[in-house]
Amino acid sequence: MIRFESVTKRYPDGTTAVDDLSLEVPRGGITVFVGPSGCGKTTSLRMINRMVEPTEGRILINDEDVADRKPARLRRSIGYVIQHAGLFPHRTVLANVMTVPTLIGWDKGRARTAAMEAIEKVGLTADQASRYPAQLSGGQQQRVGVARALASDPEVVLMDEPFSAVDPLVRTDLQNEVRRLQRELGITVVLVTHDIDEAISLGDHVAVMRQGGHLAQLASPGELLTEPADDFVASFVGKDRGYRKLGFTTTQVESDPEETVALGEDVPAGRGWVLAVDEDGQPLGWVDRQGGSGGPVREEELHRMGSLAEVGDSARVFLDAALSAPSGRGVVVEDGRVVGTVVPERVLEAIRARGGSAA
Amino acid sequence: MISLTWQWLIDPATWTGPGGIIAQSITHLRISVVALVLAALVAVPVGLFIGHTGRGRWLAINLAGAFRAIPSLGVLFVATLLLLPRLSGDLAFELPVVLVLVLLAVPPVLSGTYAGVEAVDPAARDAARGVGMTETQILWQVEFPAALPLLISGLRSAMLQIIATATIAAIVGIGGLGRYLIDGQASRQYEVMAGGAIVVALLALLVDLVMAGVQRIVVSPGLVVAKEH
Repeated sequence: MIRFESVTKRYPDGTTAVDDLSLEVPRGGITVFVGPSGCGKTTSLRMINRMVEPTEGRILINDEDVADRKPARLRRSIGYVIQHAGLFPHRTVLANVMTVPTLIGWDKGRARTAAMEAIEKVGLTADQASRYPAQLSGGQQQRVGVARALASDPEVVLMDEPFSAVDPLVRTDLQNEVRRLQRELGITVVLVTHDIDEAISLGDHVAVMRQGGHLAQLASPGELLTEPADDFVASFVGKDRGYRKLGFTTTQVESDPEETVALGEDVPAGRGWVLAVDEDGQPLGWVDRQGGSGGPVREEELHRMGSLAEVGDSARVFLDAALSAPSGRGVVVEDGRVVGTVVPERVLEAIRARGGSAA
Repeated sequence: MISLTWQWLIDPATWTGPGGIIAQSITHLRISVVALVLAALVAVPVGLFIGHTGRGRWLAINLAGAFRAIPSLGVLFVATLLLLPRLSGDLAFELPVVLVLVLLAVPPVLSGTYAGVEAVDPAARDAARGVGMTETQILWQVEFPAALPLLISGLRSAMLQIIATATIAAIVGIGGLGRYLIDGQASRQYEVMAGGAIVVALLALLVDLVMAGVQRIVVSPGLVVAKEH
């Protein structure tokens, strides 16, 4: 859908930001440009909507050369989200989001309706629509930035380090939100980040770039972890790529049956770790009956559970559940109810059975 | 002396009539407003251009500095001497005065304007361009409204200087509150000089108050809350 054909960007001072880049961003999904600083990822992104003009080569959207279109008109047809949101401080949230619909000439009523829809889509309230950017938190401002990019229903949305300036918790929220919106709207998102974890967790396609504006590899996250094209990609995706790879391995892990107990139930000493559940079969916590005295299970003696694995989750989630449980048995649930537990060996067996090493 | 000044100020005869404070204040204000409007017509567009393009900043800073160093009285005499033979009537005297006041007002308005535009968040400017605004749209829809607080501050400080300096109009024989200072000195009525000075100060304060009110109305509340945060 977006094709880079031998695109080079050289600055007058002789530095080459992007060197002979050819790649194709497929329609739909999230394509991430990732790499260390100075690899030309932002320059590449900004050439798509002509914020930067290439020195050589061309960029086509739907087989149409972007150089043939007027920059302002081209940009109005493409969503644009940047690191610090870049909201207009003198305009309300609603007016900010109405910007593009107004620029492309929609009448006020239509622009307003579209903007309100976009504001709701990104999880903001009608009440927040009448506020000014300075009255919102950083995460909320970034949501407004996303809403502004979506208001006129663009096919393509460009995002330049959209989550770098917000704290980790908010970042995860926003990442999930963007993923959900992309799926819901079927848009094509091109996102730039320096964070390989973000690239791998968010991207459907990941373009790893290296210093000097070279494309090192364009692949799916799973492929990137399994078959890095060269030493640079291997070192860039990180040391624990074997473990991270498990995140893309949907392996059938058979769980073992687990005998559960209810609160107040009498459990003798020496039974070891016992899993307590409520009346609906939802897990409450582990009870330590390895030694000491037995007796009815009390709420205060419950140990924290560790992470839960849902049937159908990746091998990574299963392994993490097993490793984080105090009993050494990861709790597996389906629709919130305990269906059994897994020990780490089970997960490893399943990975081995699936064929070969994890990495 | 203080009581004499007070006597003069509360005397109704001081306020009314063709040479009264009210009439002189109106003349004073008229000259001041004309000067401010002319200064703004020159300085605001230039300031917007410098702020938007980033070009000519160096020139503006130095020019503004040079303007500030110009002695108002000297310019007034030179301008009067040059213009008097070429013009007739009140205009021959008023124009030099307005010219001096414009020269005085240009630097604060110019620097307020370009500082306001320069202070616009670079991310907002990048976003404006990125969502498809043309350069003109960026200027009028983003940079100008966001620059208003500093722009109006520039206008306000220019207006204070204009009102204070417009008293020199009396030297070339024009009306305005300067009359009390010049005439008071000539006739050694120091209570008139002191009273006139007080009225000039009050007028300046009053006008600034009005402009502060205008500022509240035209500046977006979003920029005010931005400052509080």
